[in-house]
Amino acid sequence: MNKTPQLLTAAALCAASFTLFAQQPQPPQTPPQSQQPTEVTVPIVGVGGLPPKLAIAGFLALSNDAETVAAAKTITDVLYDDLKFEREFYIIEKDAAATVPMPSSIDQLPIDRWRELNANGVLIGSIRKTGTGVVVQLRVVEVNSGRTSLGKEYSGSIANPRLYAHTISDEVHQQLRAVRGVARTKLTFSSDRDGERMKGPVGDREIKEVYIADYDGANPTRVTVTKSLNITPAWSPDGQAIAYTTYRRGYQDIFVSFIHQGRFDVPAAGSPARQNYLPAWSPDGTKIAFTSNRDGNPEIYVMNRDGSGLRRMTNNPMIDVTPTWSPTGNQIAWVSDRTGSPQIYIMNADGTGQQKITAESYCDRPTWSPDPFNEIAYASRSGAGFDIRLYSFKTHESVRVTDGIGSNESPAFAPNGRHIAFTSTRNGKQQIFTIARDGNDLRQITRDGNNGYPNWSR
Amino acid sequence: MNLRMQIEMKDKRYVLCVVMIVVALAGACGKKKPPVARPTTPPPAAGPTATKPPGPPEPVPETASIPPEPKISDDPLLTKDLDVINKNSPFQPVFYALDSSELDQAGQQALNGDAEILRKYPTWVITLEGHCDERGTAEYNLALGERRALAAKTYLVSLGIPADRLRTVSYGKEFPFDPGHDEAAWSKNRRAHFVVTSK
Repeated sequence: MNKTPQLLTAAALCAASFTLFAQQPQPPQTPPQSQQPTEVTVPIVGVGGLPPKLAIAGFLALSNDAETVAAAKTITDVLYDDLKFEREFYIIEKDAAATVPMPSSIDQLPIDRWRELNANGVLIGSIRKTGTGVVVQLRVVEVNSGRTSLGKEYSGSIANPRLYAHTISDEVHQQLRAVRGVARTKLTFSSDRDGERMKGPVGDREIKEVYIADYDGANPTRVTVTKSLNITPAWSPDGQAIAYTTYRRGYQDIFVSFIHQGRFDVPAAGSPARQNYLPAWSPDGTKIAFTSNRDGNPEIYVMNRDGSGLRRMTNNPMIDVTPTWSPTGNQIAWVSDRTGSPQIYIMNADGTGQQKITAESYCDRPTWSPDPFNEIAYASRSGAGFDIRLYSFKTHESVRVTDGIGSNESPAFAPNGRHIAFTSTRNGKQQIFTIARDGNDLRQITRDGNNGYPNWSR
Repeated sequence: MNLRMQIEMKDKRYVLCVVMIVVALAGACGKKKPPVARPTTPPPAAGPTATKPPGPPEPVPETASIPPEPKISDDPLLTKDLDVINKNSPFQPVFYALDSSELDQAGQQALNGDAEILRKYPTWVITLEGHCDERGTAEYNLALGERRALAAKTYLVSLGIPADRLRTVSYGKEFPFDPGHDEAAWSKNRRAHFVVTSK
């Protein structure tokens, strides 16, 4: 299948270490992810506790060919979207930024002009062709002092300019805000966009295949080619495999596809009488929780990723389905209708301590947030459709995230816990959207065909 | 409760197998008679045997005479291929209430008729597809569709149909029969649907 995009070689051409500013970086508004030691000694600081105002001057094409010029524009455009996504900066809008002339070299930034726009920092870069590919330079300048806050140089292929923007965005978030960005993460989902059909008893049926795409929906790539129904894909935590539910053998079974190697495992070893679906990886990637009818009724099971060590977690004559792991791997949340309607339950990872945490009309697809948020997102019936809600273990209460438009289902957390991917019918067909966990920044990710069951890589 | 039912069913299945063998032997003996020329009308419901369901009582015609065997070559269902059979299925689907996998009386009646067909064509293996309407969530519906297919299978097994002739698969809300967005469509999409998978 598709080769993993070649990693950019990041040559750390770090900026001059000015130590005049002993000012500490402001604490980010949300708790930071695991911090790497920062290389930044000139922080970009906002005024009065507000997020820093960052201007994107753009990327200079230092080679004149059309490909390099187009790549420079792509990197600039994508960087706007990437940097706005985490809302750690106030990004000066494009039309305002366009009033400042672009210098002919990244060393000649018209800093006074940016100061007039009240920018706290300016990001500028360049791209030039080399014998083997391109070199992309990045510089973030602190406007008050005119000193370089962050400087980097990357080299690699020109085939996917967006990847430079994503890499730069993640770097800027990490170095300047101590936040783990998700611009290089990927979504997997199920889609009928290729319009293929399989034979049904009455007429042909629209089938779905598993796809992956960048977190913003770009570069969609098909993973399965079964001409069957393939749903509920889930990234392994190491990003090497996708577990999904497939009907290619005429019944539901879990395949684990090693997407970079073109091979798959069938760990739950299904059969018509032992069907398996809705796989969920444990956070350390060693186990898979799933639903199976092997004992005559939908129940939750856990197995090692190679299928050994099978353990039944639930034992109830009603439905038990849709497991998700806590970030520590010590607990599992799932859905049961044992009290009459589907509700979210949690239990210890050995099946003990089962307890109901929702009391609504209908809840499904719990997805446990990564640290540090102690939350479960789920779909909750609301009116004729569903809305995404967030249950907090701190308050034992839930809040609505989506706005009641269309039906909103199948939430999946971004690996930094700050965003949720979900499906919505708000624009007609079912599409994948992302939204910040506070309900802001709704973005439509897919547009072709129907798309469902999103899952976010770690 | 489930387990107990299954054990009971297994017992019944065993009894049924014996009964079926006896019936089959009787049929084989009957073959020595010249076949009675009669068109394709199916025979009246089979005689009273242990295979009768605990379900709603069906009037059993007390005929003393042995019904004529259908002429095999005249039965179109035996010669048609699976696609044709499934497109115009002789089986009645079972329909369910919203968010439910309970068999109601109409569902049981449909399955009683389906069991007759399965007895008439004892080599047929079928797949019971469980389906749901679009109003539930995609994931839970996978389990709900499974429960619907399993409920239909359990009932058919209780009527004496061997479990190994009855496969199940749930498609949740992935393959609605009616793409509409109203109760008329939804009621068609909450079903266990029969597909003949081999003859």
